[in-house]
Amino acid sequence: MTLLAKLKGRTWVMTAAALAVLVAVNILLQPNFLEASVVRSNLTTFLPLVLVAVGQTYVIIGGDIDLSVGAIVALVNVVTVTTIAGLGGDGPAVLAGLVVGMAVGAGCGVLNGLIIAGLRFQPIVTTFATSIVFSGLALWVLPQAGLPVPEPYWRTYAGEVLGLPTVYLIYLAGFLLAAVLAARPFMTRLRAVGGLRTAAFQTGLRLGALRVAAFALSGLYGAFASLALTGETASGDPLMGQTLAMSAISAVVLGGTALSGGVGGTLGSVLGALVVGMIGSVIFFAGLPFEYQTLVQGLIILAALAGGVLVARR
Amino acid sequence: MNRFASLARNPLLISAAAILALLAIGEAVSPGFARGDQIVRLLTVAAILGIAAAGQNLVILGGREGIDLSIGAVISLGAVIAGNVMNGADAAIPLAFAGAAGVGFVIGVVNGLGVTWLRIPPLVMTLGMMGVIQGGLVVLSRGVPSGNAAPALMAFVNRSAFLGIPGILFVWAGLAGLMALVLNKTRFGWSIYAIGANETAAVLTGLPARRIRVLLYGLAGLCGGLTGVCVIGYTGNSFISVGDQYVLPSVIAVVIGGTSLAGGAGSYTGTALGAIALVLLQSVLTTLNLEYWGRQVIFGVTLLLLMLLYGRQSRLRV
Repeated sequence: MTLLAKLKGRTWVMTAAALAVLVAVNILLQPNFLEASVVRSNLTTFLPLVLVAVGQTYVIIGGDIDLSVGAIVALVNVVTVTTIAGLGGDGPAVLAGLVVGMAVGAGCGVLNGLIIAGLRFQPIVTTFATSIVFSGLALWVLPQAGLPVPEPYWRTYAGEVLGLPTVYLIYLAGFLLAAVLAARPFMTRLRAVGGLRTAAFQTGLRLGALRVAAFALSGLYGAFASLALTGETASGDPLMGQTLAMSAISAVVLGGTALSGGVGGTLGSVLGALVVGMIGSVIFFAGLPFEYQTLVQGLIILAALAGGVLVARR
Repeated sequence: MNRFASLARNPLLISAAAILALLAIGEAVSPGFARGDQIVRLLTVAAILGIAAAGQNLVILGGREGIDLSIGAVISLGAVIAGNVMNGADAAIPLAFAGAAGVGFVIGVVNGLGVTWLRIPPLVMTLGMMGVIQGGLVVLSRGVPSGNAAPALMAFVNRSAFLGIPGILFVWAGLAGLMALVLNKTRFGWSIYAIGANETAAVLTGLPARRIRVLLYGLAGLCGGLTGVCVIGYTGNSFISVGDQYVLPSVIAVVIGGTSLAGGAGSYTGTALGAIALVLLQSVLTTLNLEYWGRQVIFGVTLLLLMLLYGRQSRLRV
């Protein structure tokens, strides 16, 4: 009981423990689990979810929610792929595509934020409505899946830069951005906005700007996730990433961020996303009959969510 | 002037005006759009959404960030259960309704227990439940579609029962009447508004808020199960993700019908009008002969414009 009391507000410790258990189980199931190549391939698979979960964390801490991030992933993918193809597909074109993609992601987030914070709309229904718009635009840009990205793009993504795997460099860059943000007053202010909105307003915080910034970050991290996914699939797909928003919300909550806002952090969300990914991996290698895999995964995630919430509330 | 302003913000009036405007646009674009049999057809689609939205309406009214994201999976489950129970036999229709409603109710009660006793946020609890049910459906069906609707059920949804109007519309009208009666005239209805508006005060006056909330989630599951039976009656057969398309539209119908997502305020009459407006909007966009992406963009933007009229949150500056 006292142990649980000490853990209060530090749900990420529980998440880390759950992750350790999952790693142990995975090592038992697949003896080569810790080999560098297997670790790298797993982390590559988990990367998009980790990135989307980190972005979603800012929005949720600010007391909102972003259901549109899956559609943003699709829109960024088709815009990037089309831009690269339109500019001829050489090095500068790839670079331009990446920049345009990130700008589109952040722009979608800013739009969400302006509508929700500026016009006082409900975040759930608003981001659902904007996700319909973003998906529609993605289908306009690229009506059908296809349009491959040039070889240097996916080769670089799967390969190494300066002796380090590109995927690890993206993890590093994502963490650095999150760490810089965590050390700035921004994070404290955002927690205030999500925790006690009226009080935050009365202390003179610029609520609107903070909430728009949170949505912009969600869009930007959605763009990172999309560019990573594009490196994996090496082509455009207007229906990409549809389940990402919901999985990311599970990951964020597993990581100890409260949906009511004001409590939590990005480190927990990274751990939560890894837990979600590892659960899938354990189930895949446990030799369960195929048709039971989704059910068991759903049950474990539900149990983990319930357990995490219980620890946080004690 | 004030009176006019409050009329202009009345969700029922706005939904009704939106419905008339959409009918006029539809008739202008494609003559015959607002013909009687076409309207009946649209109302049938709206009825299916409306029954699901009734459940969604109840959990949202009950407050505490109430929402049921598992309702789509429950609809799929209800359709699969009903299809396999009936297998084309009219005699098994009552059993199909009972089975789908019963299973839906039990799932809803589990949601409610998770939300109240374990204090899991409703969004997360029902999202997790959605995953579990979808997994269960894969096990149940082994990935192969099975079961089909009985002829009498398909007639109930698709063919005229009286004066050209199918039975499902009479049932939906009855449901709307029942919801209005329960919400406005019974202790149970008042207690829903009470726990939705201020749970602490409601508990202090002696209301069993937790039990009421568990029941609300149970009723939402029940509505989901019944919707599933109607869905299979409409299409004839089912697949395991047939209900997914109803999840967020059921929430949108509630919101554009004037029920606050914060709980404690709203009506089912508004939700029913919201469901009709939503289905009409989709139908008008289909007749506009636009490409799919254009329809999607206009649909999303129109939803945002509808929310602009009401359903906004209160100002912090007073």
